[in-house]
Amino acid sequence: MLIGKPPGIPWSEVTPKSTYLNRRTFLTAAATVGAATLADLALGDLANPAMTVRADAKIDGIQKSPFSTTEKETPYKDVTNYNNFYEFSTDKYEPASLAKNFKTRPWTVTIDGDVKKKQVLDIDTIIKMAPPEERIYRHRCVEGWSIVVPWVGFSLSELIKRADPLPKAKFVEFTTLLDMRQMPGQRTDVLHWPYVEGLRMDEAMHPLALLCFGMYGEVLPNQDGAPLRIVVPWKYGFKSAKSIVRIRFTTSQPLNTWQESAPREYGFYSNVNPNVDHPRWSQAKERRLGEFFKRPTLMFNGYDQVASLYSGMDLRKNF
Amino acid sequence: MSARRRALVCSAKRPDNVRHMKLRLTKVAVFLAALIPLGRLGWKALNDGLGANPIEVITHSTGDWTLIFILLTLSVTPVRRITRQYWLIGIRRMIGLFAFFYGSLHFLTYIWLDKFFDVHEMLKDIAKRPFITVGFSAFVLMIPLALTSTAASIRRLGGRNWLRLHRLIYLTAILGVVHYAWLVKADLRKPIEYGGILSLLLAYRIGVWASERRSRPLVSAPAASKITEA
Repeated sequence: MLIGKPPGIPWSEVTPKSTYLNRRTFLTAAATVGAATLADLALGDLANPAMTVRADAKIDGIQKSPFSTTEKETPYKDVTNYNNFYEFSTDKYEPASLAKNFKTRPWTVTIDGDVKKKQVLDIDTIIKMAPPEERIYRHRCVEGWSIVVPWVGFSLSELIKRADPLPKAKFVEFTTLLDMRQMPGQRTDVLHWPYVEGLRMDEAMHPLALLCFGMYGEVLPNQDGAPLRIVVPWKYGFKSAKSIVRIRFTTSQPLNTWQESAPREYGFYSNVNPNVDHPRWSQAKERRLGEFFKRPTLMFNGYDQVASLYSGMDLRKNF
Repeated sequence: MSARRRALVCSAKRPDNVRHMKLRLTKVAVFLAALIPLGRLGWKALNDGLGANPIEVITHSTGDWTLIFILLTLSVTPVRRITRQYWLIGIRRMIGLFAFFYGSLHFLTYIWLDKFFDVHEMLKDIAKRPFITVGFSAFVLMIPLALTSTAASIRRLGGRNWLRLHRLIYLTAILGVVHYAWLVKADLRKPIEYGGILSLLLAYRIGVWASERRSRPLVSAPAASKITEA
């Protein structure tokens, strides 16, 4: 029986020369990817995610702001592990872990209502509207504690000017993302979701009102309201809406979520005011995180430059 | 002879001092267990584990444990009756005193770390803030109970009077739950849990009281033996 030549290797199996020549590159790439994955897994598990500084999280070109306080900043660890973010949990220690996998990209913000340019803006377009500034602000919670945070962003007025509201627009309403899958707190009905906040137009246009996407020189951590929030430093913390997906201009005063929840206790204005107590507790003093003794709370949280916005108003009635 | 019968015989034969020893050991164990919440707080405090707002954590934790011990002390009677573990009465006083202990820590946290002994501020608070008024009352009502927790006090007051006085714990428990419910911002789930458990414990007593009322002519228990049934 004739046994033919042993079959050779078919050409289809032959490695092309280019691939052969590039095999080291491929191996290096594979090794790099593998190592990176391992490193990522290891670091992700070992290091506290809230404390890990990611290289790509740094925000470039941040300018200093004359609005910044010189008071001692609250440690990053405290600002990222003590969060009133009911969308994740009513326990202030839980949003840090529950928001770990929160998706902030892709992210769009709908601008609508009484505005000339109704539009849907991409988060990365918004962030580039104006140069980022660092604003070191006092932040006073309605519960009686306070922090000092170096926020990164620019004046909310920059976005409002570009949106071009109609003359009849008197208020701006901010809506937080509604997504029970990602925000487990929204599966409970402790508040009426989605979270809504609002400002009067002149408040929103005040240069202190900040459109914020970072803090401590980095991208905003998820548990602090990523990817986009506002910071209104002369008002109680809950006025500073987080994870915003919609900015609507209105002629009538928006009904903010906490006012809806307990109208006797939380008003629309909610300016920090040591003379007007919460019905259930005093607002005269506050505990600055990290300090042992309480300190007196300042009118408008020390931001006297906003006082003119409220001249002639009874702040006891408009609490 | 079944294991169960053997156990019964053994326990019947067991000398009193052995049973006494067992109760003492149980008391030591309960005492140590009841100190765990305080130990945990202390450990965390020393190891930077109390988070961003340690004083808030201490306030909430001592308040929580006060309520838990109040509910535990109220559980003793139903549990011992239902499970027929009558010896449980022997640990009730200790549990009640731990409720007072954690209540005192909670109160101390308030007057020291929240008000820094500013009496004027505290009086204003008690007058103006219902949740403080109620919490303060709940605590004050526990003081006579703690002071008369000794066997000598029971003798001095007489069983019936002592029993009446110690029914104040029902009021303390109700005020304690109301205190909690009135201080939370929006999330009422935990106060509702405590309230639910308290309602069951109170409903049990109302049930017992109603059934005893119906069958009163048949029962003529001396007052002293009823102390253990409160």
